[in-house]
Amino acid sequence: MDMNEIKEIFFQECEEQLAELESGLLRLNDGDRDPETVNAVFRAVHSIKGGAGAFGLDDLVSFAHVFETTLDCVRSNKLAPSQDVLKVMLKSADVLADLTNVARDGGSFDQARSTQLIRELEALAKGEAPPAAPAGEPAAPKAAAAKSAPVAAAAPAEPAANEHGFMPVAFSFDDFGGDDVEAVSELPAYEIAFKPKSDLYTKGNEATLLLRDLSRLGEMSIHCNMDSLPPLDQMEPETAYFSWKISLKTDKGEDAVRQVFEFAEWDCDLDVIAVDAGESVDDAESDQAMQPVPFDLSALDDEPDAPLGVIEEEEQAAAAQERDATVAAAQMASNVVQMAGNAARAGAGDKAAAAAAQNTAQQAAAAPTIRVDLDRVDRLINLVGELVINQAMLSQSVIENDSNGVSSINMGLEELQQLTREIQDSVMAIRAQPVKPVFQRMARTVREIADITGKSVRLVTEGENTEVDKTVIDKLAEPLTHMIRNAVDHGLETPEKRLAAGKSAEGTVKLTAKHRSGRIVIELSDDGAGINREKVRQKAIDNDLIAADANLSDEEIDNMIFHAGFSTADKVSDLSGRGVGMDVVKRSIQALGGRINISSKPGHGSVFTMSLPLTLAVLDGMVVTVAGQTLVVPLTAIVETLQPDAAAIHSFGATQRLISIRNSFCPLVDVGRILNFRATQANPVEGVALLVESEGGGQRALMVDAIQGQRQVVIKSLEANYTHVPGIAAATILGDGRVALILDVDAVVSASRGQSLHLEASLAAAG
Amino acid sequence: MKKKVLTVDDSRTIRNMLLVTLNNAGFETIQAEDGIEGLEVLEDANPDVIVTDINMPRLDGFGFIEGVRRNEKFRAIPILVLTTESDAEKKNRARQAGATGWIVKPFDPTKLIDAIERVTA
Repeated sequence: MDMNEIKEIFFQECEEQLAELESGLLRLNDGDRDPETVNAVFRAVHSIKGGAGAFGLDDLVSFAHVFETTLDCVRSNKLAPSQDVLKVMLKSADVLADLTNVARDGGSFDQARSTQLIRELEALAKGEAPPAAPAGEPAAPKAAAAKSAPVAAAAPAEPAANEHGFMPVAFSFDDFGGDDVEAVSELPAYEIAFKPKSDLYTKGNEATLLLRDLSRLGEMSIHCNMDSLPPLDQMEPETAYFSWKISLKTDKGEDAVRQVFEFAEWDCDLDVIAVDAGESVDDAESDQAMQPVPFDLSALDDEPDAPLGVIEEEEQAAAAQERDATVAAAQMASNVVQMAGNAARAGAGDKAAAAAAQNTAQQAAAAPTIRVDLDRVDRLINLVGELVINQAMLSQSVIENDSNGVSSINMGLEELQQLTREIQDSVMAIRAQPVKPVFQRMARTVREIADITGKSVRLVTEGENTEVDKTVIDKLAEPLTHMIRNAVDHGLETPEKRLAAGKSAEGTVKLTAKHRSGRIVIELSDDGAGINREKVRQKAIDNDLIAADANLSDEEIDNMIFHAGFSTADKVSDLSGRGVGMDVVKRSIQALGGRINISSKPGHGSVFTMSLPLTLAVLDGMVVTVAGQTLVVPLTAIVETLQPDAAAIHSFGATQRLISIRNSFCPLVDVGRILNFRATQANPVEGVALLVESEGGGQRALMVDAIQGQRQVVIKSLEANYTHVPGIAAATILGDGRVALILDVDAVVSASRGQSLHLEASLAAAG
Repeated sequence: MKKKVLTVDDSRTIRNMLLVTLNNAGFETIQAEDGIEGLEVLEDANPDVIVTDINMPRLDGFGFIEGVRRNEKFRAIPILVLTTESDAEKKNRARQAGATGWIVKPFDPTKLIDAIERVTA
């Protein structure tokens, strides 16, 4: 793994943290006061800052730092998360997302907005936080803040020396100034008095290691003061008895010396005094207490992190009453070795129990997840697709060779078919993801548009955990953003108009997702003014989309907004209704194999309903024959199939025909003619009619020559090789190895409305 | 023998950076995602030194350090706190919980390895 891969992981993580941040803030906004929510929000920003720092993303770090500081005020209850505060925070979350995107993809961000929010965040932090809070200077680069803080922390509280039950030893440099230091070197010299407290050891620091580090700075001599060491039977194993006096010559400076003791400074008495090089006193009379002890660094390496403090009671008692300090020290060393042995034995004994505990702990943990590269999943899905085709081909050839269908091969094949289907479903489930991230992004869009338009908007989401294929999710964000923008900008009225209409000033936009008959249905509704049908109709007439005297149902008028002719933004912005680029939205949804339609109630708002396939990899299809060609019609589009009766067919104009089904008329569409498979319309009585539901909600009867059967097919995109083919959604490979085209039902239905498929195609290309 | 480092951090980014840095420096690295997992793997991991974050879900760094120090076997193990918190108060709390030392994020690999070398023999 290299840094670039880690960076990629960082950005993935950022996305998750940003989602966490936003959902947390929204929960707070809804009145959630769980401290864990605040903590999660704080952690999200904190995590982003941490990672960003590691990659030198300074803009991100400095913004995250200010944000974090303010969040910390909330976390420590210095700042109440009021609606106003959360508004700033939600905006900050948006900016943080922008900065993350800029850091990943390059480009620029709204410097003014970021600066403005930094000011607002600082004001929030300052307003409630103590004046010493770092909020005053967060605009300064993070590195500066990080540097200054440890210095501030370096003022240790001086604990009472007696609290650990030993007598402090006064180190006077007058008493033993550099006794055996030879002052030949010209390097600056330091006299260091170092007396660890017991706490130094309990925190895992080790005097010997500190001395080793010190010795690396330069030329050093060490005296160990063992005066305080009591007889072994009176020795408290966890008390620090030794102190050291060190003479050090180094050119690294006093800071470097103190740096060695950085981790230990609270837990020891430390004096560092610079001695003038020439001033070294030749002190012949050595202090009795200060026996020079040979300091062998290699010995340290042989006995790593010996826990000096941990000696067992009985071993102490058994020890002889040796007064001689050197012997006591030797004894102690042997005890340490023995103790280490004990620890090892204890470790072995507990191992089984520990392993058992480990297992239980793992079982108790939440359902584990793993991250898998999407490519691998796709590869698997492709292979399963091949497997399905292969299985179908195998079945077919067995059926052809085993017409009575009783052999064991046949039964085995049936089981194989079932297994294949299950494998396929399981593999598809791997790609399924909740729509939550997309819905969360919409919250931001709503906030931004509400800000720009000066409207007050509440976004309600439902069914966020509804799962759908990842490809669908990825492609859903753009059309959905477009629609949300429209809903707030054009759908909702201004607060004044709303109040005048007897509604609450705050508009509501509702986004829901649910599963319905093998598809995901996403609904976007608003409680705005609804579509102004008069204006839409007029515009359609003006643009020659419909005849002036055309008799259109309300539903048909509403659905005019999806027409390409409505996409010229400047004209449509005059409309109180919708229209900005809705044709683009519709095309995106259709490209996903989905349908979209609108229903509107004047004065009460509009509802957009999108229905999308759960996966783009397979579909249940009806295999039909049209003019000698095999086509697949998506099963979800088909309402029913029927054999037309000559009496039910009514001609209408030169080419149009209607079929009467249970006393209602439905346009009859010859698929073969629409796709130009044949020059003239086939006789409806000789074929089969498939009653399909179009995206406008209306029904059409598609006429095909015959139905072959119904099966699940693996979708193979044509677009990579042939670009978009009007009327054809994709292709598949059938059991006999032949390629069959999958019919784009909506395109065929639209074409039957009088627009040719090629016109649609040219519009699609223009859009 | 390779020295074993147990790292505890909820950020995947930081975990990966630690892994790469420590492996490159010749350490054996065991990783946990939060304090609870850190304590769970402690016995089996049997590390020579621990590097932990402070802000983590479920069990934060303070709680984790206290948990390690309560364990007879590991109460003297060096623990380094790896955190962006650079202010005195948090460092002090970590110290009181029993941290041996700290590394301020963003860490650079040399500093991290230095700090580990400083607290291990």
